[in-house]
Amino acid sequence: MPSDEWIDDDAGPLVRPYAVTRGRTRPGRGDFDLIAIIVTTPGEPPTLRAAGPEHQRILELCRNPLSVAEICSEMDLALGVVRILLDDLDSADLIVVRRPAPVTQLPSERVLKEVIDGLEAL
Amino acid sequence: MDSKHSDHDSEPVAMPLAVKILVAGGFGVGKTTMVGAVSEIRPLRTEEMLTSQSVGVDDVSGVESKKTTTVAMDFGRITIRDGLVLYLFGTPGQDRFWYMWDELALGALGAVVLADTRRLADCFPSVDYFERRRLPFIVAVNCFEGAQQYQGDEVRTALDLDPHVPVLMCDVRRRESGKRALITLVEHVIREKSAAIA
Repeated sequence: MPSDEWIDDDAGPLVRPYAVTRGRTRPGRGDFDLIAIIVTTPGEPPTLRAAGPEHQRILELCRNPLSVAEICSEMDLALGVVRILLDDLDSADLIVVRRPAPVTQLPSERVLKEVIDGLEAL
Repeated sequence: MDSKHSDHDSEPVAMPLAVKILVAGGFGVGKTTMVGAVSEIRPLRTEEMLTSQSVGVDDVSGVESKKTTTVAMDFGRITIRDGLVLYLFGTPGQDRFWYMWDELALGALGAVVLADTRRLADCFPSVDYFERRRLPFIVAVNCFEGAQQYQGDEVRTALDLDPHVPVLMCDVRRRESGKRALITLVEHVIREKSAAIA
């Protein structure tokens, strides 16, 4: 596409994507798989210093367990950005994370058979 | 994994277990259609931004400045039962985003590679990728209207697949057909798993 036709979406977002992370591009620790499940820590959440509206929105969304992929989709933010926000929340113990099974340890045959039964029932 | 990571697994929160299956294949072969046909939600989209440094070098030769590219991955969800959720991820349309393929393949149960017999070569990179990664996969031939029908064995030969890799015909628009492909894959995963142990 010729560069003089960059209008609307082609021109890019109005706010640069990593502005909501204050320019950070990597989480401090932890890794958040696309299918890691996130839930807001139950009970009265402690206040998160320097919490932005995006942090608040994740805490609201994750009152019911939600995958990282779904959070990205709901918030319309890039995966890398969401990972940093999640890392902030995790560091402040505001969320509980269930990471998927390690690669070397596939789900048991029992779980796989449950998946087949679940698909059959669709 | 680092045990100091705060997984908080002991906390009394009902956390579902999530598993994932990839739907791969060439551009326009029907990945998102299949995800949508079996998913309980309309396909959602996750995006990741890559700078040119993470993208295949051949594609950025001559580009002077660092440019950001957005990779989109469509995905769907199937609740298997309370506490067990299956996610289906369509791989990015352009095969050059290997960085995202690695991310998607990590921890996946396996992959359904969609093939279109009119453009069979389009699924070579997917087949190649999963073979190299030793991730169990099956080939589902999407029977487009107007395309000549082939037998599974002809496709197997054309793709030079191992004899144990299942090949089936499907219509990605139909839920029943997509279900069949997914079930075939999970059964294949179970067989591969027991073969690895034996």
